[in-house]
Parts: sequence; structure tokens; C-alpha cells
Amino acid sequence: MEMPLWLDAIVAALILAGALVATIGSLGLARMPDFYMRLHGPTKASTLGVGATLVGSMLWFSTAQGSVSVQEILITVFLFATAPVSAHMMGRAALHRRVGCQEKTNGQPWDEMDRLSGRAAQSSSSGESQR
Amino acid sequence: MKLFPQQQYWWPRPRFSIFLLVLWLLLVNSISPGQILIGAVLGWLIPFSTQQFWPERPHLHNAGRLLLYLLRLLKDILESNLTVARLILRNPDSLQPAFIRFPLTLTDEFAITVLASSISLTPGTVSAGLSPDRSMLLVHVLHVTDEQELIEHIRNRYEQPLKEILE
Repeated sequence: MEMPLWLDAIVAALILAGALVATIGSLGLARMPDFYMRLHGPTKASTLGVGATLVGSMLWFSTAQGSVSVQEILITVFLFATAPVSAHMMGRAALHRRVGCQEKTNGQPWDEMDRLSGRAAQSSSSGESQR
Repeated sequence: MKLFPQQQYWWPRPRFSIFLLVLWLLLVNSISPGQILIGAVLGWLIPFSTQQFWPERPHLHNAGRLLLYLLRLLKDILESNLTVARLILRNPDSLQPAFIRFPLTLTDEFAITVLASSISLTPGTVSAGLSPDRSMLLVHVLHVTDEQELIEHIRNRYEQPLKEILE
């Protein structure tokens, strides 16, 4: 089926926008100074990046095949549902292993964690990276 | 809490089963009888075999409002991407990261999960931990100037609606 030019343009714009956003997300991964700040780029930027690409793909395939293609929406929904969970798990794992964060970070949680879990001086074995 | 609750239901989640069936048909992009059969079997089997992981039944008061909430979340996700993109392109030294503690008023586990996911998907915040007594959510913020304001924002924009919809 022949694609009208304006639709082609929209699809191209969406895919380019998706690529751009994903690139910025990856750039964040490279540029940010500590683990927790790195977590921000991939969880958001890449979800939207992939999302925009998928919307482009959906538009294109819906016109090319003449029937609505919904798998892309499902991929986007799954991505939005799972990305925060993996970010949360990585954050937790990093907190648990006491991966260091920048000095200037406000409200660092390690003392509190020690108090809550009832272990005070045990951190010397694993905490050298941030204390 | 017992690991395996005694009570077993033969069809524990009717609505969830229907949702899975529709999801399956959308995934395979077909409504042939064979696929409907497979979808129906999966729709029954998955809730049945995982029911022990879901000790509480979710309370969904108002599906329409949940949809509204999700639409607003989608809009916030778009905005959040622009915000984070701008922060990333800025000099990282000018950022003021922080861990903040968000005192939860939600008690339902599923509602807390949705709230934590919402926080992770929206502007410059990632939820990184839940206190053992489930009263506090630990949130890492990429750049924050007024922590109190951020807490209020999360409370009004996400927690209150979720409390009304899911509890």
C-alpha cells in the first residue's frame, strides 16, 4: 500500500525522536557521577525512546498492512510496567551493598539503615567505598 | 504470614483471567477458536497457579478513574523525560542529588507498588527502597531544591488519587 508523504514524515520524526531520547538516556548513563544518578537516565529516557519508536512502528505497519497493529502498544505497556521495578531492584541492591554516592547528596540513608537493622559497626567490611 | 495459605480457589481472579485472555488475543493478533482456547486456558492457569503469591485481593473501586490516573501519568512521563534530558545535558556538577523519605499513608501493598512505580517513572525521582514496616519510601532525586515541596507534590498528585482508587 502506498504511504502518503505526510505519514512517512510523521513516522520518520517519531523514530528520530525516539532515537534522540534514547541517546540522551545513554548519555546520562555515561555522564552522571554516581550509581544512583545513573539510574535516572535509563529508567525514563529509554522508556520514552523505545515508546516513540514503537508508536512510529505501529503507524507504519497499520498503514502498510491495512489493519491496526496493537502489539507495539502492548510492548510499551509492558516496558512501562517493568522498567520501574528493575530500577527499584537495582537501587535496593546498591543500597544494600552500600555502593557509594556523591558527597553532596542530601539525606544519605546508611546510618538509618544500620539503626533499623540493628547492626552498628559492622559496615567496615563492605562500606569502604562510601565512608 | 504463612508461605502457603490453605485456601485454594478454582477460579481465583475472574477479571484478571478475562484480562489475560484479551491480552493473549492482542498478542497473537488473531481471534481464531484455537487461539481463544489457548488464551482461556492461560487466563485460568496463570491466576490459578500464582494465587499463593497474591494473598490479598485487590480493591479496585473505580476502573474509570484508574484509567484517568494512567493518562495523567503518561503525560507526566513525557514531561519527566524532557526534564531529565535537560538535567543530563547540563553540567552534572550543578545537580543537587538527594535521598528523601516519603512518609506513606497508603497501606495496601499493591497501591504502594503502583505509587513506587509512578515515582520511578516521573520527573527525576527513582524509588529505591521501602522501610521494613512499610511506612516510608526511600526516593532518590536527581536534582532537588525544595524537598518538602516535592513530597507534597507526590502526595497530592499520585498518592491521594491512588488512595481513593485502590483502598
